[in-house]
Amino acid sequence: MKSADHKAEYQSNFQGGQKVAYQTDMPVMMTPSPKAGPSFRFSLKPWHGFVIAMACIISSGIAYAVTDKAEASIFEVLVRWMPLLLEGFVFNLVISVCAMGIGTFVGAGLGLGQISLNPLLRKFSWAITQFFRNSPWLVLLFFSMFLLPFEFKVGDMTIPLPDWVKAIIGLSLPVMANVSEIVRGAVQSLPSGQWEAAESLAYTRRQTLWLVILPQCVKRMLPPWMNLYAILTMATVLASIVGVSEVMTLTGQALAAEGGRTDLLAPFYSFILLLFFVYCYPISRWTVHLEKKFAVIN
Amino acid sequence: MTTNEAIPMVSIRNVHKSFGDLEVLKGVSLDVRKGEVICIIGPSGSGKSTLIRCVNALNDIQQGSILVEGLEVNDPQLDKLKLRKKVGMVFQQYNLFPHKTALENIMMAPIRVLKQNKQEAEQTARELIKKVRLEGKESSYPGELSGGQQQRVAIARSLAMKPDVILFDEVTAALDPETVGEVLLTIKELAEEGMTCILVTHEMAFAREVADHIYFTDRGVIVEHGAPATFFDEAKDPRTKEFLSQIL
Repeated sequence: MKSADHKAEYQSNFQGGQKVAYQTDMPVMMTPSPKAGPSFRFSLKPWHGFVIAMACIISSGIAYAVTDKAEASIFEVLVRWMPLLLEGFVFNLVISVCAMGIGTFVGAGLGLGQISLNPLLRKFSWAITQFFRNSPWLVLLFFSMFLLPFEFKVGDMTIPLPDWVKAIIGLSLPVMANVSEIVRGAVQSLPSGQWEAAESLAYTRRQTLWLVILPQCVKRMLPPWMNLYAILTMATVLASIVGVSEVMTLTGQALAAEGGRTDLLAPFYSFILLLFFVYCYPISRWTVHLEKKFAVIN
Repeated sequence: MTTNEAIPMVSIRNVHKSFGDLEVLKGVSLDVRKGEVICIIGPSGSGKSTLIRCVNALNDIQQGSILVEGLEVNDPQLDKLKLRKKVGMVFQQYNLFPHKTALENIMMAPIRVLKQNKQEAEQTARELIKKVRLEGKESSYPGELSGGQQQRVAIARSLAMKPDVILFDEVTAALDPETVGEVLLTIKELAEEGMTCILVTHEMAFAREVADHIYFTDRGVIVEHGAPATFFDEAKDPRTKEFLSQIL
């Protein structure tokens, strides 16, 4: 028994003839157990944005300074390419929203599978979750790009599977696994008294889950879920590595079209960074706000 | 209300319950007749809460039998929903649903489980709120209510299912002494209306006043039992006397 071990340890610390004034089963000060929170919490801070903006401005300034009078200035170049880059960025956002949607839907199902009464379903859901959670996202992307067919036939129809759809599927896999853990964690964080109260009112397990447990879980799931979305959005640039034409690819092509000017590298890429920051930072702030609002005191 | 002498409503026979290697109930037997109020008292860890949780199948039992109006609880084929419609339970920690108002907490189960229509359920819920003296609190969320108020909502929630017997698991243990009284009054009124109640409690004065029969458990067995008058004043077993001397 744990308390007996603590007691023995506590008493053994006072072997030198010291009298223990107050006997307890537990030591007076316990080392705090590690907080069971999300294992990886990425939070954007204002100074991140400041640094990126500075990088953008300073590199642009340098680029401007070293630009030959004959060549176009950095600002003209950026303005010229901005519509294309923004279009590419929007495409990233589309990929992120779609991957999040699919991943959330399937992941929620997996999460419920992890708490199922059926041991086979439970183990299967757990295995899938652990596998996709601990795989590098880029590797999963590569798998989906190369293992999924480029088209498939349904009856008479041939449905093509373009690269960006495969990228969405590939990115939805780690999302699915993380959502599964978010759902499972939220459900298990509710006090067992809720389950017991519902059971003693003769609710079926399904009624308990859908009427009592899951509504209470939504609040708890929202902050980690939004955090996951911010991470996913930033991960969409991985799709450029597997050949999807998104903002990183387009930036590379734009730089090539500009004759490979090295002074444009930093301004362009820091501009992309700024785009992501401007999108993800408000999400981050809102997540913090929601966390405070939904702070649960058990 | 006259009690039915013939067949007990709840009949517990030689119940053994273990959590892994730890045997918590070591052969407990007791009867509860319709309309009776039974109080189970005893030190912590004696198995009293475990015992009443076995009655509505929240805990399973390894050996023995619990008959609730003819339904055998220690039966793998037991229809738990049928059992739980007969047996209500009120918990120490209230366990109200925090995302629903007091009225919705009371209404939910009759609508979802008993398939009543919404108007009927709402009408009953309002009457029950009035009965537990919480008029005006229908739209309050549990977080906005005091402990005693929450507990009375919990009692009303159980009553809405029109159970035949209600189990009370140390329902006043988490309340401050001032609010204990309002909850005990509610339970007393229930008892006077003829509701069969099984209470696990530390409130000795209440037990003395309201109970028809008192059981004292210690370390998984019933040490002694009797009517309040004889139990408190003429306890026979030394363990009972020791326990009573400490708390009275």
